[in-house]
Amino acid sequence: MKQLIAFIRKELLHIIRDWRTLIVIFAIPAIQLIVFGYAMSNDLKYIAIGVLDKSNDGISRKIVSNIAFSNFFKIRYVLKSETEIEHLFQSNKVKEVLIIQPDFSKKIYKEGSVPIQIIVDASEPNTSNLAVNYTSALISSFFLKFSKNPANHQPYSIEVKMLYNPSLKSSWMFIPGIIALILTLISVMLTSVSIVKEKEYGSMELLLVTPLNSSIIIIGKVVPYFILSIINISFIFLLGHILFDLPVEGSLLTLYVLSILYIMLALSIGILISVIVANQQVAMLISLVALMLPTILLSGFIFPIENMPKWLQFFSYIMPPRYFIEGLRGIMLKGNGYKELSINYIIISCMIIFFISLSIKKYKSRLE
Amino acid sequence: MKTLLFLIHKEFLQIFRNKMMLPIIFGIPIIQLLILVNAATYEIKNINIGIIDLDQSSLSRRFISKIQGSQYFIVTSFYFSNKEGILAIDNNKIKALLVIPKNFEKDIIFRNTPIKIQLLNDAINSVNASITYAYFQQLFSSFLNEEKYDKTSIQSLKIDIIPKYRYNSDFDYKKYMVPGVLVMLITLISFVLGALNIVREKEVGTIEQINVTPIKKYEFIIGKLFPFWIIALLDFTIGLILGKLFYNIPIVGSIPLLYLVAGVYLIILLSLGLFISTIVDTQQQATLVAFFFLMIFILLSGLFTSLESMPQWILVINKINPLAYFIQTIRMILLKGSNFWDILPNFTAIIILAIISMSLAIFRVRKTQ
Repeated sequence: MKQLIAFIRKELLHIIRDWRTLIVIFAIPAIQLIVFGYAMSNDLKYIAIGVLDKSNDGISRKIVSNIAFSNFFKIRYVLKSETEIEHLFQSNKVKEVLIIQPDFSKKIYKEGSVPIQIIVDASEPNTSNLAVNYTSALISSFFLKFSKNPANHQPYSIEVKMLYNPSLKSSWMFIPGIIALILTLISVMLTSVSIVKEKEYGSMELLLVTPLNSSIIIIGKVVPYFILSIINISFIFLLGHILFDLPVEGSLLTLYVLSILYIMLALSIGILISVIVANQQVAMLISLVALMLPTILLSGFIFPIENMPKWLQFFSYIMPPRYFIEGLRGIMLKGNGYKELSINYIIISCMIIFFISLSIKKYKSRLE
Repeated sequence: MKTLLFLIHKEFLQIFRNKMMLPIIFGIPIIQLLILVNAATYEIKNINIGIIDLDQSSLSRRFISKIQGSQYFIVTSFYFSNKEGILAIDNNKIKALLVIPKNFEKDIIFRNTPIKIQLLNDAINSVNASITYAYFQQLFSSFLNEEKYDKTSIQSLKIDIIPKYRYNSDFDYKKYMVPGVLVMLITLISFVLGALNIVREKEVGTIEQINVTPIKKYEFIIGKLFPFWIIALLDFTIGLILGKLFYNIPIVGSIPLLYLVAGVYLIILLSLGLFISTIVDTQQQATLVAFFFLMIFILLSGLFTSLESMPQWILVINKINPLAYFIQTIRMILLKGSNFWDILPNFTAIIILAIISMSLAIFRVRKTQ
């Protein structure tokens, strides 16, 4: 025990001496949380559109101004002919073009049809769908008012309750993911160099001739980073609460138990990388290149897991951040407790045991 | 020229001496590209919905079977109390809960107004929640229509707006995501390799040896950057070919134009990486700093969430985000076939950023030598 404490002190000193890294460790999460909390959102605002009004009469102008004053569209270009459309799409100047055919009001009164055409840039499907839906809704509601003929209409109401996130804030959905992403990558990056660095510097031999056994060395390497990460995550939670009103519906204790377990998991992944690889460069490349994209895409951070194809959902079961993000959202927004999240706790614990025993095994085999 | 060739040769040797580098540089990105683009979709189907039917009438049962028949919803279970249903949402078993009230049938037949039903939605993911609501609304009003209980007031006027979807008319997210994710991966590789490069020589101590040789500064920088430039372009090419083979991504525009932009773009990242490498002391610091910038570049670039939904001040930050320009450009060239003049504003920005970052790197390298 005494050995362990002494060893942890030595490691802590190493970390604190490197104050530049320390600043980076604390500054990165803060800045990222602020920027992404505000920036990442899926609510569409101001889609740039172009309008080609061939009839330019009273009604058509009213429709155009209706669209111009909605919160969804910004009329960027007023076109004169169809030949201009191609160029506007090609140069990304507009997402949608609204074409109103000539003799608009005449056709409405005489033929009872509404000669409007929408052309939309569908390279991003969701935006294009939403844009079309918004436009059609604006136009139909205009005509509903315009025709003023509410006979035969039976109103119905769907009472919707948006649970857990009543004002539909994107930030509430994204921030737990951002926390998981930052925590995973920073913890892994910190520990993944720890042992390989000693190998590269040659101080590994010195450690090996000491009477410390391998588990003490590994624990001693992890504990300081563990303390740092806990301070770090408390800081992030506080920021999220102050800046984005992120609630914690569940108990704070549950939240911390989950976070502590997850930090241990991330650190043990880092240790495993550190034990396996030959030099720091490879360790860093693995922790960034191999971990970043799967953590972003397969964890449900941005793209909901239930939208993915079945075989890929299966992949997401082996992604550690998945369980953390699910747990964070559950505790913070839904007020889940241990009972609802027991699976998450169990899986995270199993993963920790798996990674740590694997690294101890790999580490021992290196000694021989 | 000869020295330069030797330097480049030396760098290549250094990179590939480590057996783990080859799979990291080529294997991991390509595998990620092929697997992970499937995850990047906002297409929503198969929403698990639970139902509480308090009416138990033939009409309510018809409505339920209509929900079951729709492609958007899967009716997973029936509940008998609100408490039970909400518990299921709590446990992630269902995403939405529909409550059909008593007298549902009566209200509709006797035209009592308004007909009320209740939908409880797990709104943590705001997009999914609003889309669920929209789907449901469509379904309900078409149900009322079919049952002939709803007569819309604007029957006299036929509003049939037929939208024309261009460039990706089959709404395939992969066609949109493959180019973006590919750019992200070559960005990751080139930036991190660049950032780890000189600092590694510093840590190992070989930088002094290079400093005492008569190598000129430009030779040093080009010698450092060129191998990574080639590697990243190779990655890019493999990704494009596999994207075409596996996901049939459209390649409408000109490929030489795409490579021209990619070539200049990579210079930005490699020199920024080199710049970071000269500033920091350890490889760990280099990676942390690289991680910081990469995350900002990637998540603000419009790769996963659209630029239209970001606040104005983020768009100002994006003016110096090379990834935002390149992702937009590659999507324009591949999906829409935009030509040189269409992409010129983006390309100019990329060239300017390349000049700035290159000068930063050149300036810093002199100091260390």
